[in-house]
Amino acid sequence: MRRRVVITGLGCVTPLGHNAEQTWENILAGKSGIDYTTIFDASTYPTKFAAEVKNFDLKNFLDGQAYDSHKTASRNAGFALAAAVEAWKNAELNKADNIDKDRIGIYLGAGEGPLDFWPCVEIAVQAWNPEKNQLDTVKWAELAYQRLNATAEREQDANMSAAHISKLFDLRGPNFNCLTACAASTQAIGQATELIRTGQADIMVTGGAHSMIHPFGVTGFNRLTALSTRNDDPATASRPFDRTRDGFVIAEGAGILILESEESAKKRGAKILAEIAGFGSTADAFRITDIHETGRGGTAAMELAIKDAGISESDIDYISAHGTATTENDRIETLAVKNALGELAYKIPMSSIKSMLGHLIAAAGAVEAIACILAIRDQILPPTINCKEPDPECDLDYVPNEPRKAKVEICLSNSFGFGGQNDTIIIKAYKS
Amino acid sequence: MSDRRVVISGLGPVSPIGIGRQAFAEAIKSGAIGIKRITAFEPDSFKSQIAGQIDDFKCRDYVPKSYRKSIKVMARDIELAVAAADVAVRDSGIKTKAIDPDNVDVDPTRLGVNIGAGLICADLNELTFALYSAVDDDGKFSLKKWGSTGINNLTPLWLLKYLPNMLSSHVTIIHDAQAPSNSITCGEAASHLAIAEAFHTIRSDRADICLAGGAESKINPMGLVRQDLMGRLTHSHNDNPSLAVRPFDSNRDGTAIAEGGAIIVLEDAERAKSRNAKIYAEIVGMGSSHGVNDKFEFDSDGRAISRAIEKALQSAEMKADDIDLVIGFAAGLKEQDAAEAQAIKQVLGNVPVSSIKGQIGCNGAGSGALDITTAALAISDNFIPETVNCENIDNDCPVNVATKLQQKQINAVLTIGYSFSGGQVCAVILKRYE
Repeated sequence: MRRRVVITGLGCVTPLGHNAEQTWENILAGKSGIDYTTIFDASTYPTKFAAEVKNFDLKNFLDGQAYDSHKTASRNAGFALAAAVEAWKNAELNKADNIDKDRIGIYLGAGEGPLDFWPCVEIAVQAWNPEKNQLDTVKWAELAYQRLNATAEREQDANMSAAHISKLFDLRGPNFNCLTACAASTQAIGQATELIRTGQADIMVTGGAHSMIHPFGVTGFNRLTALSTRNDDPATASRPFDRTRDGFVIAEGAGILILESEESAKKRGAKILAEIAGFGSTADAFRITDIHETGRGGTAAMELAIKDAGISESDIDYISAHGTATTENDRIETLAVKNALGELAYKIPMSSIKSMLGHLIAAAGAVEAIACILAIRDQILPPTINCKEPDPECDLDYVPNEPRKAKVEICLSNSFGFGGQNDTIIIKAYKS
Repeated sequence: MSDRRVVISGLGPVSPIGIGRQAFAEAIKSGAIGIKRITAFEPDSFKSQIAGQIDDFKCRDYVPKSYRKSIKVMARDIELAVAAADVAVRDSGIKTKAIDPDNVDVDPTRLGVNIGAGLICADLNELTFALYSAVDDDGKFSLKKWGSTGINNLTPLWLLKYLPNMLSSHVTIIHDAQAPSNSITCGEAASHLAIAEAFHTIRSDRADICLAGGAESKINPMGLVRQDLMGRLTHSHNDNPSLAVRPFDSNRDGTAIAEGGAIIVLEDAERAKSRNAKIYAEIVGMGSSHGVNDKFEFDSDGRAISRAIEKALQSAEMKADDIDLVIGFAAGLKEQDAAEAQAIKQVLGNVPVSSIKGQIGCNGAGSGALDITTAALAISDNFIPETVNCENIDNDCPVNVATKLQQKQINAVLTIGYSFSGGQVCAVILKRYE
């Protein structure tokens, strides 16, 4: 018999707040977290705006000694730590005694830390040999040994968010990080669920963190023409499912959940927020740059998650869309939902909080899972803002522009990664 | 937990000492060494100038004709993974879309992929060519000029070369693998964790076959300097590279960077049996833990390793005595090799321990997959590999290091992977399939 997996804690750092409650309040108020980029000078880039986490200071989350131990964390690992501290307290694990740290693991879908940009660029340019049109690696090496430092390089590794959190709480259970692009943190939550179900851990810290708002991150996405370029109106630039959508808005932040076996949660008298009831994971196996025209990978992920949860399609009250606001994603996700749910697709509300938060890349799915949990708690659906002009190919109920009171017991949350990884989880109101 | 058992039915090593199961097995047994002076770029003025380099590797030899144009969006790490998957699938005898599109004998929706990846280094020539176009008249890089015109000197798909999920993504497309696909990014422990997760994916009936493993190339100026700044590389063997990497030896003083990796075909045992596949070994257990010091480097007390070994034994329902051989991670670093040896000693006693790093160096996320390949070969070919360059076993490494190749029946092997920084540890146990 597989074990039931419940959620006992959550925390996040987003462009709309440094904690879950503040983020949720702003989501329900339909606020946009998007503005002109300040992290670096993006004034000449094709896209000059982003959804930044403003005024973030790790000192507000870690006390003196802990802060000193973790102050070298990269921007995304700092977000991860802050969200994990909130989630840990939310689960009251700070008050729990007799918990076996060998049975507490971590599975994040966290991104890499940003490159140490200026030293890297300056030494590269200085070592360039324009006559030969190639890098003089001898000169480059001399400069690199002088200008780069071990700590900054180490903190770039994608496993460092998990390392910081594990060190902070002394977690000695299974320890993973996956980085399947925009699907990463949903995949992490699904795999963490599996680790508890199969008895490999009792408690898992899971979710994701990412910041690609740096000169090369934006370069990469701008070259792919994946980003909105609505530079005259950043606050409304993220327009999922709207006819005028023109790409996603890059964002940053972290979302962390505490998952726990039902048995463990009950034993320590934890407050159970919801249950992870199902997980489906597939690959498109189609093309590196395009989603399969029929949305087959997304459809299959949803179908597998529904089957895994042992529910029927009609039980679903809300769909948290991947909804990036790229032309292709929103059109094909709409089709994939129809293929998975049939006529029911028109009746089940589906929204994208990326309309307000932008796209947190690897961390997006974790924050969306948190929104699902809070939607169940408050019996209200978050809106898709900037969804004003109907697109004939996006003809479902996207909860446009205003939150909506509704019965919410079962949520389905989608995340689809660039490169074809598709992940769906089902979050359910907990009933013993 | 289901009763499904998971076996290894295909091996796809791509390494500095050989590509493909047969070449790799021969090289491991003969003690061949693939560490040489770097030729991929001019290494003068780097403190470490040697690497486990794969010469004469052409990715196009491993990619179906119709997909060859995609090679231009593959970083070296991705190319190695794609080649390893091709070699592994051919070794297993299964027919995917890439092998024989008209006679596919695998259900694509039951074929998964799980590939560990590292922090992929940018091609500095390509990137700097573009950066240089944004240098102002005063000779300094201008971010304003970069944003307005410089970025256009990068190919539109530039980012796709460096996303760690692209190792998996290309493999899913080439082989039409539509079941779960994941990319574990946990430094040197990545492919152990990827293989361990794929094992569970099959056990819990989410796939029947998984192509699992990892690949990385650190042979890039940035990859080399990163490892060197973190104090992991030997500087004393630039003139005699074949002696450079010395696992457990008293004169070890660091490792060498390398490139390579492996994909392993994991298959539901019943399925493998019913098609009369060659079964190299069974995967029977895994254990994962964590430990770092104050610098977030691997914790030199080794407790995380002993915990991972204990958990692996527990999950395999085996005792310490049941293990015939350990394929260690031991990359020739002073403190890390000692911590690993002490942990092995503490949990497993006097079991023979081998490390292949003296032959290939340390290829990051690809290293564990090559270690697990070696473990599978040890069982199927009945041998204990030699730990090359371990001439005087260090007093700090109180284990029974196998310093000579031995022909011997091996029924159970435990392999260990850990990340130099970040602290992830994973142990995997392979057993003769009966």
